[in-house]
Amino acid sequence: MTIQKNLFSIIVIALLLVACSRTKDATRYDDPGKPAYGDTIITGSIGEPSNLIPLLATDQPSHAVAGNIYNGLVKYDKDLNIVGDLAESWEISKDNLSIIFHLRKGVKWHDGRPFTAHDVMYTYKVTVDPKTPTAYAGDFLLVKEAKVIDDYTFKVTYAKPFAPALISWSVAMLPKHLLEGRDITTSPLLRSPLGTGPYIFKEWIAGDRVTLRANPNYFEGRPYIDQYVMRIIPDTGTMFLELKNYGIDMTGLAPLQAVRQTEYPAFRREFNKFKYLAFQYVYLGYNLKHPFFKDKLVRQAISYAIDKREIIDGILLGQGVEATGPFKPDMWAYNGNVKRYDYDREKAVSLLNEAGFTKGSDGVLSRDGKPFEFTILLSQGNDVRIRCAELIQRRLSEIGIQVKIRVIEWASFINQFIDKRNFEAVILGWSIPQDPDLFDIWHSSKQGPKELNFISFENKEVDDLLVKARHTLNQEERKRSIYRIQEILAEEQPYTFLFVPYANVAIHKRFKGIVPAAAGLEYDFIKWYVPENQRRYKTHATVSP
Amino acid sequence: MLQYLLKRLLLMIPMMLGITLISFALIHLPPGEPDIIGAEMNPKVTKQVREQIRALYDLDKPLPVQYYLWLKRFVKLDFGTSFAQDRRPVISKITERLPITITIELLSMVLIFIVGIPIGVYCAQHKDTIMDKILTSFVFAGFAVPHFWLALLLMLFFGVHLELLPISGIKSFNFSELSLFQKTLDMTKHLILPIGISALGGLAGISRYMKNSLLEVLRQEYITTAYAKGLPEKVVLRKHALRNALLPVITILGLSVPGLIGGSVIFETIFAIPGMGQLFFASVMSRDYPTIMGILVMGGVLTLLGNLLADIMYGLADPRIRVG
Repeated sequence: MTIQKNLFSIIVIALLLVACSRTKDATRYDDPGKPAYGDTIITGSIGEPSNLIPLLATDQPSHAVAGNIYNGLVKYDKDLNIVGDLAESWEISKDNLSIIFHLRKGVKWHDGRPFTAHDVMYTYKVTVDPKTPTAYAGDFLLVKEAKVIDDYTFKVTYAKPFAPALISWSVAMLPKHLLEGRDITTSPLLRSPLGTGPYIFKEWIAGDRVTLRANPNYFEGRPYIDQYVMRIIPDTGTMFLELKNYGIDMTGLAPLQAVRQTEYPAFRREFNKFKYLAFQYVYLGYNLKHPFFKDKLVRQAISYAIDKREIIDGILLGQGVEATGPFKPDMWAYNGNVKRYDYDREKAVSLLNEAGFTKGSDGVLSRDGKPFEFTILLSQGNDVRIRCAELIQRRLSEIGIQVKIRVIEWASFINQFIDKRNFEAVILGWSIPQDPDLFDIWHSSKQGPKELNFISFENKEVDDLLVKARHTLNQEERKRSIYRIQEILAEEQPYTFLFVPYANVAIHKRFKGIVPAAAGLEYDFIKWYVPENQRRYKTHATVSP
Repeated sequence: MLQYLLKRLLLMIPMMLGITLISFALIHLPPGEPDIIGAEMNPKVTKQVREQIRALYDLDKPLPVQYYLWLKRFVKLDFGTSFAQDRRPVISKITERLPITITIELLSMVLIFIVGIPIGVYCAQHKDTIMDKILTSFVFAGFAVPHFWLALLLMLFFGVHLELLPISGIKSFNFSELSLFQKTLDMTKHLILPIGISALGGLAGISRYMKNSLLEVLRQEYITTAYAKGLPEKVVLRKHALRNALLPVITILGLSVPGLIGGSVIFETIFAIPGMGQLFFASVMSRDYPTIMGILVMGGVLTLLGNLLADIMYGLADPRIRVG
């Protein structure tokens, strides 16, 4: 009996504790308040960062965290113009072959050591070292000579003028004094990084969360928000529940969540939703070696037969814009004045007739006795693209083209089909680089195994323009070439460019000072703040290092 | 007995070798190759860099050579370094995730046994009554319901509506600032849903085994004898029937030893628990061969040990099977 009594009281106490541990925040968040130091932002990520030396990581979570810890020499501002970061200014030589960077003075690593040109030199050297397993060596391998002129001046020289040269120095600068002479792949910095950035690494609980704290001595001023936490929550459903439950403050929203599931007053009271065009486009790519797809008329016909509006409205619930080429509309490189393919079934049919196709008694188009049927190949795990394929399948069957859909696991998809050119058409997406260099995807020399012109696109004029655009540092000249390339791509339709999706993000309302721009949201994260009366987490005063 | 044990242990060596060989061959069967630096579909990676990396990680060597290199490290108990971008030693990736997985699996196993066995006994005793049918339906419903769906519903109910339990993870945000008692309470609250739901799925198996084996035993003549000599039902059941009926259940216990380190991808993903299931799934999808081999080898060892344990337990329980 006594045991039962004890058990009962334990349960009662436990329930009381549970009930007390959470108090609802009744503060209204509509008051913009004044900027104040304090509070914590908790973000959610589906994947765990792999490591926090950006040179060795290509995954998005790693760069999201590391972006707050490190700086490059230059960076993009909110309108995607290149501005100085660790470099105060730079000079480009008359022959366009070399850049001299003048570094900011007085910048300190998080351990108090000064940042100098020797760190830049080390970063360059370790990047091009063949023993460093990195995806970022490509641009730096074009450097002919790198030189430390003095502690705050650094000079690089290229063999040929190289358009992405300047922005290639936006990579994270690494601390020479902690890394030189050691194997970077086993460095403790992989798990406890040290940089010059606005946030200082605090803690990484494997599989659970990464915590950063504000750097009080940051050269652009101390960030307002005291702590940054990234929680790892692999399931999107769980992530959404955590957001509603205030377990996280910020997360990306799928179209359905953005349009339907967050449209109720209680959510709007607590959260702001932001949207901006994602750096990404989705396309239907054709294998140009295929006897039917070789023919420009056929590709154009398919582009006319696909209703992009329907895809955006039906699948993305309006959360996207039609793509017309390989850029998004708010970039300087984007040319909106190109041939468009609005849904036009009649036009599609007449183009196919012109190309020599005739409709048989079964309603299927054929040419020289061969019926027009093909398979769209997709990789597993992306429902939006699979549903796109289904809509395309229906639209094309209306004009007499039989489409099959095949979904394959990613590694096999790449190795067995893309690399071996063993496909007819694919639906894939490219991330849009902020620097508009299209060389690797469209130049005819990039058709080798594992190279990215896997649709075998060959166009003499595009080849010349790509090279020209790549080797000029004059933005106007570069823009002219890139504009012309977009016109040709729109005419040729080697891909049917489908859409550029919107990125939707929900952020708790107590965070102020957030302005979406072409560069996204987090370009001025250090200026976000929570007014004192709306603070949720009382963090301890930041201790200076 | 000692000699028998020694023989069995020695026999495990060639078996282990076979397991590694088959595992190694199997994981190389699906097409694809590990993408060590994130080079796949990445315009910034040149062909030259790609080749260098393949050579750096011995991926350009023929498979038998790769197996030999792996084996050479393995006999020194070195599982190598992961091909994932964290490049950490496989052994620390595994040991970091083992405790939480073993805790959850053990607790849910205990829960399954302490709930499942009484259900089985009750159902055997009250065969074909309404209660038997209700309980049977309950355990089968628990077995059949999609657990990810149930998990989301319960998270919504207990987490968002009642705000009684945390939704995901294993520790609260302010965990490091809590007292020991609060820490225990915090962990317990986080574990209630994952353990409860994963136990629900296991109830059906154990309670059915228990019921059938008890029914079998109850039909034996010595039970009739026990009743005949006037023993009360409780004693007959506990002292004579249950003990014998438990034997097959104990066997299942032995066989579930390797499952302790397996974890579950679905649970761990939904509840954001950094366990073995997630690690194994991620390794397979990214063709992280050293990590896959590490986990498979550990699973292999545990299976062999579990079998040995079961054999020894048989011997202890039943003199007729005793060897050596």
